[in-house]
Amino acid sequence: MSAVVEQASWLPVLALEDIPQMGARVLEGAPIGPVALFRSGDSVFALKDRCPHKGGPLSQGIVHGRQVTCPLHGWTIDLATGQATAPDVGCTGSLSVRVEGGQVYLLHAELARQP
Amino acid sequence: MDKMKLVVIGNGMAGIRTVEELLKLAPERYEITVFGSEPYPNYNRILLSPVLAGEQTVDDIILNSLEWYESNGIRLHLGRTVTRIDRARRQVVAADGTTEAYDRLLIATGSNPFLLPVPGNDLPGVISYRDIHDTQRMIEAAREYRHAVVVGGGLLGLEAANGLKLRGMDVTVVHLADWLLERQLDPVAAGLLQQSLEARGLGFRLSTQTTAILSDAAGRRVGSVRFRDGSEIAADLVVMAAGIRPNTALAEAAGLACRRGILVSDTLQTFDPRIYAVGECASHRGIAYGLVAPLFEQAKVCANHLAFMGIGRYTGSVTSTKLKVTGIDLFSAGEFMGGEGTEEITLSDPVGGVYKKLVLREDRLVGACLYGDTADGAWYFKLLREGRKVAELRDCLMFGESNIGDAGHEGHNRAMAMADADEVCGCNGVSKGAIVRAIQEQGLFTLEEVRKCTKASGSCGSCTGLVEQILMNTLGADYSETPAKKALCGCTDHTHEEVRKAIREHRLLSQQAVRAFLEWRTPNGCASCRPALNYYLMATWPHEALDDPQSRFINERAHANIQKDGTFSVVPRMWGGLTNPAELRRIADVAEKYRVPTVKLTGGQRIDLLGIRKEDLPAVWKDLDMPSGHAYGKSIRTVKTCVGDEHCRFGTQSSMKMGVALEKMLFGMYAPHKVKLAVSGCPRNCAEAGIKDVGVIGVDSGWEIYVAGNGGIKTEVAQFLCKVRTDEEVREYAGAFLQLYREEGWYLERTVHYVARVGMGAIRARIVEDAEGRKALYERLLFALRDAPDPWKVPEAAGVDRRQFSAVRLPGLAEGVMS
Repeated sequence: MSAVVEQASWLPVLALEDIPQMGARVLEGAPIGPVALFRSGDSVFALKDRCPHKGGPLSQGIVHGRQVTCPLHGWTIDLATGQATAPDVGCTGSLSVRVEGGQVYLLHAELARQP
Repeated sequence: MDKMKLVVIGNGMAGIRTVEELLKLAPERYEITVFGSEPYPNYNRILLSPVLAGEQTVDDIILNSLEWYESNGIRLHLGRTVTRIDRARRQVVAADGTTEAYDRLLIATGSNPFLLPVPGNDLPGVISYRDIHDTQRMIEAAREYRHAVVVGGGLLGLEAANGLKLRGMDVTVVHLADWLLERQLDPVAAGLLQQSLEARGLGFRLSTQTTAILSDAAGRRVGSVRFRDGSEIAADLVVMAAGIRPNTALAEAAGLACRRGILVSDTLQTFDPRIYAVGECASHRGIAYGLVAPLFEQAKVCANHLAFMGIGRYTGSVTSTKLKVTGIDLFSAGEFMGGEGTEEITLSDPVGGVYKKLVLREDRLVGACLYGDTADGAWYFKLLREGRKVAELRDCLMFGESNIGDAGHEGHNRAMAMADADEVCGCNGVSKGAIVRAIQEQGLFTLEEVRKCTKASGSCGSCTGLVEQILMNTLGADYSETPAKKALCGCTDHTHEEVRKAIREHRLLSQQAVRAFLEWRTPNGCASCRPALNYYLMATWPHEALDDPQSRFINERAHANIQKDGTFSVVPRMWGGLTNPAELRRIADVAEKYRVPTVKLTGGQRIDLLGIRKEDLPAVWKDLDMPSGHAYGKSIRTVKTCVGDEHCRFGTQSSMKMGVALEKMLFGMYAPHKVKLAVSGCPRNCAEAGIKDVGVIGVDSGWEIYVAGNGGIKTEVAQFLCKVRTDEEVREYAGAFLQLYREEGWYLERTVHYVARVGMGAIRARIVEDAEGRKALYERLLFALRDAPDPWKVPEAAGVDRRQFSAVRLPGLAEGVMS
């Protein structure tokens, strides 16, 4: 395991190939609550799995470009920042992600945070 | 990369709209410089009349503030008129010597008022009506002087006359033609207009030619106007509003081809491909448009080309007219004068001040002229632009959209009659006042913009007509209507039809291929086009194109319906609404085992288990051991049946048997939208076949087939397709109709809208009259549905991604792992 990964207390959560291309998986069991892991190409993004609008599960939305559209009322959320796109206003928490050697890592400290 | 230099000559609505569109598409490509002769930033020229009438101020009508130019890095030369284009050196020179080099040049010089070539047309007090400066001179004149003569009884002239009258002047309108607004109204409507303007105190001299403008006794200023018949009237102010001419002097001097406007191609390029022209100065296919809607369409295409996207084409506009004189409602569009091969429907109530004329040719609305009651203007204009057949509406066409049935808006269908607090969009809770404010304060012109800004009509879309009416009433003449050609989504300019055609004719088998072939703007589409393309591919190339589950809405991906709390509902299929004790027992066991909080009967004669966790779905399916009900898909949902002749004493046909046969035939059928059927065993029609996509009603001698009914947003009664004798014929006709819809419908278009778009006549021709075509359609349907896998029973074969049903568990966060 590389030095970078060890230093920052990155947790391996799943393999990149376990996330469907232009799709998502849900990570459960973290204090912060359910986390949605999105894949767009070889980039992975992690957001709290709650739409800022009415709490819809973003992990169930359609992924396009670097955005996801919430399945409940169609808000579109930026995968990198968690910000809703205009005219909607709102933001869901985004988490740092590292992909190395086909493995996806999240930061222990961010997952351990209380919601 | 060095930025290219774009110089814009003309700081008006067309030029700046193009810049705005360009900034949206390619904000970094150009260094932009704008020249404007007037000392103001871009303002809304349409609203000069309300300014003249004292209803708005100059500040109200500014569209782009000076800060806007600055924050977008645009160099703005105000009050500087470009006098020369040097094409060889690729630079423009202004009167004060300012010189700017360009890589691309945009000419948006607008138009000049036409000054009557009569003696005295240069006297002080003779002005045109074109810009803020003219408006201010008129306001000043109205303070000091009494008699005003407006030459020209067109839109601009009447608006000027009305404004001057409101500012206290005695106004006479002199008009060469026999009736007012001869290019917008027929004589009857014009007569009503004239009456009502006369009631406001305006004077008119029609069929009158102005021959001279004479000075006052002191020779300092205009004093009177003389006409061909020798008569004269007093005039302290003469407003020339006898038409406009495209401002082409600059382009002509630079050697660009001009003929009543600078000649431009469908990409808005002049004969010099580095130079573009948009707006009133441009002549496209022989037409120089003077209204704002076409200018905006041009701006869009021009910006697209400037941004090197090169996929837009401007093919001309259909325009409509509305006069901005408060309290007077008139509307006209298309061939309102009628003519060869046309028929007219008129309604005339001269005492009530209402006149309506609709012009039809070959069952299509081609023109409309409304006076006094223009509430349906937007609707007529829509019918006209779409060019769809209106034969079936003909009886009630004159009485407006509200008469063809409406629901869901508390019966509101006239925007004008609504109070500001009234709700327009019931899905997103948007009031009329909020929409009007957004239009005025944010300078919105199109339905698309209103939707983006307020969300009104953005969800179910049933209030679209109402929002269009509000736009039209708020903006007056120049609202930019939704283009007749509607793009599939923001990723492309191609329509649904064009996309379907390309997939069919070029044998495109994947979304990637479609997006590459049609030059999509986004690498992998958006939430609107991904499901649409996926459906089009699957429907066009069954058993060949590959399904992409990630392009399907969650319900079709998880084969269950997502609920507001993220749980799912499960509806097992009960063929024709029939079940048995064993199935009911299994359903009851599942409900207990998985602690299903709600068990409900659906409208489609089935049982809904609500509140199931996603992880439990595969186990629930297995335990139920029933086929998927597809209650979650843009697909065949249910076939509702009545009891029929097996038990019912009135029954004439075996409706249950027929319903089960149809439902089995259609199993796994995806469509542009959901599809519901019903079969009744006698004309009492207990299965409510009259509001289904396909309704079948048994009669003694066979079956009647109805299509394109709808019980949803707007109740629509299904239309009679034909009567057949045998069960096999029912399957063939119903199947052929549904296959036609599958092949030609636009994604998310219900059968009712599909049939309204193509016309019931066309459906009959394809399904009833063309036996060979019908059989071919039927066969294509059966081929597409051959071996349709049940996603609940064989998820792998149905392409269900099983990974979605198990969440990733975090491995031992508590232990803190590595540090």
